[in-house]
Formats: sequence, C-alpha cells, structure tokens
Amino acid sequence: MTDMAHPPAAPAKRRARLGLLRRLNLSTWIGLVIVVALVLAAIFAPWLTEYSPSKQNILHQLSPPGDGHLLGTDQYGRDIWARLLYGARYSLTIGIFAIVVAMIVGTFLGMIAGFLGGRTDIVLMQVMDVILAFPALILGLALVALIGATMGNIIIAIAFTATPAFARIARAGVMTQRDREYAQACRALGFSGPRILFRHIMPAILPEVMVMSSLWMATAVRTEASLAFIGLGLAPPTPTWGGMVREGYDNILSSFHLALAPSIAILLLVLAFNLIGDGLRDVVDPRLKDAS
Amino acid sequence: MTDAAISVRDLRVSFSGKEVVHGLSFDIPRGGTLALVGESGSGKSVTSLAIMGLLPQGIGRATGEILFGGRNLLGLSERDMCRIRGGEISMIFQEPMTSLNPVQRVGDQLAEVIRLHRGLSGAELEEAVLEMMRKVRIPAPEKRLRQYPHTFSGGMRQRIMIAMALACSPSLIIADEPTTALDVTVQAQTLQLLKDLQQETGAAVLFITHDMGVVAEVADEVLVMRHGKVIEHGAVHDVFSNPRDPYTADLIRAAPTLAGARPEARPAPEPLPGGALPAAAEACGAGATVLEVRDLKVRFPVHGGLLGRVQGNVHAVEKVSLSIARGETLGLVGESGSGKSTIGKAIIDLAPRQGGEIRVAGQRIDYRDKASLAAMRRKVQMIFQDPYGSLDARQSVGSAILEPMLVHGLAKGAEAQERMAWLMEKVGLDPARAGSLPHEFSGGQRQRICIARALAMEPELIIADEAVSALDVSIKGQIIDLMIGLQEELGVSYLFVSHDMSAVERICDRVAVMYFGEIVEIGPTPEVIRQPGHPYTRRLLSAIPITHPDQRGSRRPILTEDKPSSPIKPVGFQSPPAQWGRLGSDHFVRCEA
Repeated sequence: MTDMAHPPAAPAKRRARLGLLRRLNLSTWIGLVIVVALVLAAIFAPWLTEYSPSKQNILHQLSPPGDGHLLGTDQYGRDIWARLLYGARYSLTIGIFAIVVAMIVGTFLGMIAGFLGGRTDIVLMQVMDVILAFPALILGLALVALIGATMGNIIIAIAFTATPAFARIARAGVMTQRDREYAQACRALGFSGPRILFRHIMPAILPEVMVMSSLWMATAVRTEASLAFIGLGLAPPTPTWGGMVREGYDNILSSFHLALAPSIAILLLVLAFNLIGDGLRDVVDPRLKDAS
Repeated sequence: MTDAAISVRDLRVSFSGKEVVHGLSFDIPRGGTLALVGESGSGKSVTSLAIMGLLPQGIGRATGEILFGGRNLLGLSERDMCRIRGGEISMIFQEPMTSLNPVQRVGDQLAEVIRLHRGLSGAELEEAVLEMMRKVRIPAPEKRLRQYPHTFSGGMRQRIMIAMALACSPSLIIADEPTTALDVTVQAQTLQLLKDLQQETGAAVLFITHDMGVVAEVADEVLVMRHGKVIEHGAVHDVFSNPRDPYTADLIRAAPTLAGARPEARPAPEPLPGGALPAAAEACGAGATVLEVRDLKVRFPVHGGLLGRVQGNVHAVEKVSLSIARGETLGLVGESGSGKSTIGKAIIDLAPRQGGEIRVAGQRIDYRDKASLAAMRRKVQMIFQDPYGSLDARQSVGSAILEPMLVHGLAKGAEAQERMAWLMEKVGLDPARAGSLPHEFSGGQRQRICIARALAMEPELIIADEAVSALDVSIKGQIIDLMIGLQEELGVSYLFVSHDMSAVERICDRVAVMYFGEIVEIGPTPEVIRQPGHPYTRRLLSAIPITHPDQRGSRRPILTEDKPSSPIKPVGFQSPPAQWGRLGSDHFVRCEA
C-alpha cells in the first residue's frame, strides 16, 4: 500500500530533504561536526591510542600531560586519553539510546492521548505529570539504585525520566493538528483513526519532536555523567566520563587535569547537542529565529 | 488640486529589491471616497501601509511622493509619522476580532487614542469617549465602556474600531477591507454608519476592497489594481457603466445580479394544512432523492457555574428537514452562526447529532454502525473552504487523490493511477504534476485538487462548505463553472453551503435560508430571491450591496438594531412546531406566530 501510494511523492520529498540540509545554519554544523567527530573517536578508539583504558601502571601514577601519555595518567597509572576515547562509547550510547527510547515511547503515548482525548488523555497525562514532578536526576538515581547499574538499566532509567517531555510535546502537536481542516477532510474521506494519526498528523509533529530529542540528548549525557559521578554509573573499571570526574575529584588539588579532561569532554558533547537542537529549531520554526 | 486631502504621485513600493507597486498616482479630495479595488497580491494593502509609513523596516521601500497637508510623508521621520498616524490619518482594519486588545476594557482603548492625540484627561476624557461611542451608535455606552471586547459582536467591534479611527477627527481614513469579515446585514449597517460619519466630519476615505458591490455603495472614484499596476481609474459611474479593461468588467459581473434587483411584490403565503412541511415539497427536481434529512437536531452543551455543569444547549441546528434530488444543487444560505455549516458536518459525522434521520440514496444511515457509516462516506464527500488547509502539506497531490481510492478499495495499482490521472484532467490540471506538493499550486488549483479528491470516491453528493468563499473573484467563477460542468457530466448533487449570494445564484437550483439553526424559507433560487417570503430573507437580501452606483438610494437596507433571540436554550427546551405556508409550487416559507 505504501509503495503504491507514494511513488509520485518521492522526487518532491527528496527535494524537500535536500532543502533542509541547505537551510541548516552554522551552529548546527558546528554541533554536527563535534558529534560526528566524537562518534568516530569512540568507534576508532583502538587506532587512536596504543594504551588500554583499564591497564594499570604503578610506575606512571599521576603523571602530567605529555611524556608519552597525551593527557597524562590517573592515580592507577591508566592513560587518560585512552579512557576518554573508550568512555565516549558509553556516554554516546547511553545518551542517544535513552533518548531514542524516550522519544518513541513518549511520542506514541502523547499522540494517543492527544488524538483520543477524554479519559485516556487524562489518565496518561496524569501519569506523565507525576513522573515529571520528580527531578530527573533523583528519579534516575532511585531507579538505578532499584534495578542495578547496568548499561541497559541506566538507559531505561534515563529514558523513563525523559518520556513525559516527549509525551507532552507530541500531545500538544496532535491536538492542534487534529482540528485542522486537512484532518477533518481525512475523516470525511472515511480514513481510519490510526491512518489519520500516523500517516497524516505524525509527519507534521515529527520535526518538533526531533528538535526536542537533540536537546534532551544533552540532558541525558549530563544525567549519565551525574549518575556516574555519585557512584551509580557503570561499575569501575569501566571508563565513563562521569566516573573519571569523580576519581579526578580525589586528586583535584595535586593533579587537576584528571577531572578537567573528562569535564571538557562532557561540556563539548552537551554543547554540541544543544547547538544542533537550537539550529534545528530555527529551521523548523522560522518565527523563533526572527524573534531572537 | 489644492483641496485634495492627499495626493499620491508615482508611488513605487518594493520588497527586498522586488517592485510590487509600479507607479501609482491618485488624489482624494476632502470629503471624497476613493475605492482601491484588487485581488489578493494586487498591491492594494501594501499601498495603504506605505501611506501609513508601516512598511516592514529594512525590507520594504517606497519611492515617489505622498503629499499630505503640504508635506511629503515619505520624507518624514518616524517621530513625525507617529504624530500623523492615528491623529491626522487613521486606519480601520479587516479583522475587528483581532484588532482590539482582548485584555483591555473597550473604553480604555478608546480613551488611550484620545488622550494621546488630544491630550484630554479625567472627566473630560470620559465624556469624549462616551460621545464617540454614541456617535458610532453603541447602545448603552455608559455600561459598554467598562466591558471587554469579547462581549461585543463583530459588528459592534468594528464600530469601536471606527470610533477609534474617528476619535481625533482625522482628515484621511484608510479602511482596509473593513467589512469583509462581517455578515452582509452587519456590513450594510457599517457602511451606512461610515458614510454618515464621513458626511459629518468631511474626512477623505481611502476604501480598500475586492467587492464591487461595496464600491458601488460607497465610492466616488474607483481605482482598480492588478499585479501592482493601475488598470482602471475613473469616476464610479463611468467605471461601472463603461469599464475600459475586461478585468474590471469581470469584477463588476461577479456581483450578484438577481439579488441586486429590486424584489418584486409578493403574494401572501397560503397556509398549509396542518402547518407542517410536506415531505414531497423538499425535493422538487425529477429523479431519485440522493439525500433526505428529517428533523435533524444538533446541540452543543454550554457549561457554566462552579462545577462546570451543563446549564443549557446551543441549538445549532433545530429540526431541519430537506432533501436533494440526483443532479440537483441545494444552497444553504445564512449568516455566521446560523448553523448552515453544521448541517453539512452533521451529515458527514463531523458534528454530533441529537436527533433526526438522514437517508442517503434511500438508505437510512446508522451512525453507530461501521458498515453503514462506510457506505455513507463513499456516497457523500465534502469540499472545505480553505483548499490549502484541507490538504496534507506533506503529501503529493497525486497521492492525496489516490489515497481514498486505496483505503476504500475502489481501485488499485495501475488502475488507480490511471483513474487519478483521469480525475486530474477532469478538474483541469496536468496529470504530470501529480508528484508536486500542495504549496506548489495556486489557491484555485488547490481547490481543483480537493474536488478531484472528493470525486475519486464516485460520490453521489458533495457537500461544498463555503468552497468558493476564500477565492478571488476571477478564480471563483472558474471553480463554479467547473462544478457545474462536473455535475452535468457525472450527475453528482451538491449541498452548497455559502454566505456568498453571487455564487449561490449561479450554481443553486434551490436555496434554503437558515436563521438561528432553523430553515425559514426554501424554494427555487430565482423565486426565493425575487419574492422573498420570510422577513429575515427580505432583510438578508436587502443588505446585499447594489450592483451599480445608479441604484443608490433605490434600495434601503432593512436595518434592525434589536438583538435577535439567543440560540442558547435551557436544558429540556422544546421549540414550538413550525407553521409553514406555500408561496409557489415548490416555494415554502415559515409563518411566524
């Protein structure tokens, strides 16, 4: 059915997509370059450093940057550059996957609530409001403490805290689109509810959701680092950026570079996601750009 | 031309280097009215913004001369313009609903203008505000002064806007489509008021409109614009009698002709036995009945009080019965809020029904039964007012036409593709453009796409809800011709919901007049227009603008200031049974007790 209905649409859609790429502004491009660079660094970590992230070396404890170790070593003599590269794998995976899960679940629930309205809407959104009432970090902390600090669990915990944001934005979007004339025209043409919701309304609200997701990825990276910092991240010796800051904190007076390097890494990634999000928002909603 | 209130010489306006107004010159004498006529995109509103110095900064540029009170407005600083705006030149906008600040009392908004430009305060200021409100005939101004805009009707809001415009006795008033958003009876009142006040104050008026009927009512001089160029300029009588440009002639022809004539004397209706509308009476034309509506009721609950309990119901549609024969067009006319659109929506299940029976092609529709509903949807289709809004902006038009066929399993694969191409050709579009998105088409073309999409289901009835109201005059005619042509070829019936009498005249075989949720008169279009039986029909028709300035004074609009009865009724309210009378063989009218 999809194939039959859409072949004539293909060229126009491709044009539209290319147009979007061309309309991206400088800040989005900077953000994209940083994220892509970090992803490549995480993937090709073994080629970018000769050291292992967990290999301890008593002879080179707390050595300063340079001297064979690009960013120095920590109190166990592990190479910080290597730990940063391998740590990027965890930060990126958790940040991206948690938000992808939250986006899918939250958008779906929000769309259902907005489209059906009535009691379904009230119940779903009340649940979302309860989740939203907890600070994300506290809720994530409680969840991880409850179910254990594995990679999958941390993703679930962070996704859980981010879901209501997506539900809300999707619900609001669907509610404004639902009463637009084209949605009414679809009903008058005898289209089923799911068809109208997923084929006609969803494409209209997706841009907004995408913008939201890149902004929330920044938050997810931060939450993951915070969890690791208070000791609820992946268990040592797994290299995570938040965990590295925590370990560096113990020696902050003598060797501040231990905490500084992962902090800058976190800063870069959060900044990159925010730049992408802001840039995308300007493209999706030109009115905001004019206002600012 | 020493007594000209304003002289415009070779005005050129450009946006980001692209010229949109190409050399415009006119004078308006004191107390005179110039009508600036044109379709959307003709540059008429841009001209008014240029005079007010309100072109978007940095993007819009105006050159030429605008001489007002001995000064060239284009050379003035923003500070000097501020003093002129609202003081010596004032403006009335199209949208009375949004031109007033909703969170400020009406009196305060009026007072602000007077304080700024006349420097009054205290009791003097309040007296000036009251005087202005009395001038624009707001009933009980002492009370109205302290109310918020949402308690005012559209017509009253526009009168407040006029009061604000006149507050400082300007020498020029720019009225930008001031009556376009208003119902025709309210339009007649507003135009009358504007004319009276103009005579009183001697202000010049620049009247921007697209409606030649309004021009015939108010203008001394006419200037027709198209694509930023002046194509006709002259005294109103000359332009109407001998239009030089064919485009002007088209515009003049687009005015309703039947309704423009004087209504003939009418015989008294002969009461029907039992007072009820006979079932046979609703469908006149020969052939099978496509749609039959009996005692349709639509009500919307009104919540109020602390607990949000239902305190009453809006009787949007009250015991409406009508029927449409195969290949026939029934018009539903009435003002906003009369329930005419709700009838169409209730038939197609976009509005709830509280009673009544609907039959399509003889079969009773059970709206709770999915199969019955699906059968109805295949036979009844709808076209909406806004062709862009009713298309999915992200779906190619070909796909939009195909989708209903695929969903309902009417055709698939190559057969569906072929049918889509055939439909596009039928509505006058190139099938090669099937892959384009809606925004790549013009307004008229989009409405053609909507018609093709409705026809894809091979419906027996198409409900056209204000389908031509948003279109420019020249395109409106083409779409109506297309609809008539398709009807002759395919035998489809139309329920044509519209407030636009010229369109109704051209396309409708019969017309039903709606007033507060009820049909008050139904009959063949020419009979209803020439011999209106119901007082409301007469009032509605009398308010339609004249078609030639020579007719000025020949037809006085029947104006009523009294508030009509509210459509909000207490819970459990039963309307009394209607008494119908007969005026012609198929012409029926409600007799008011």
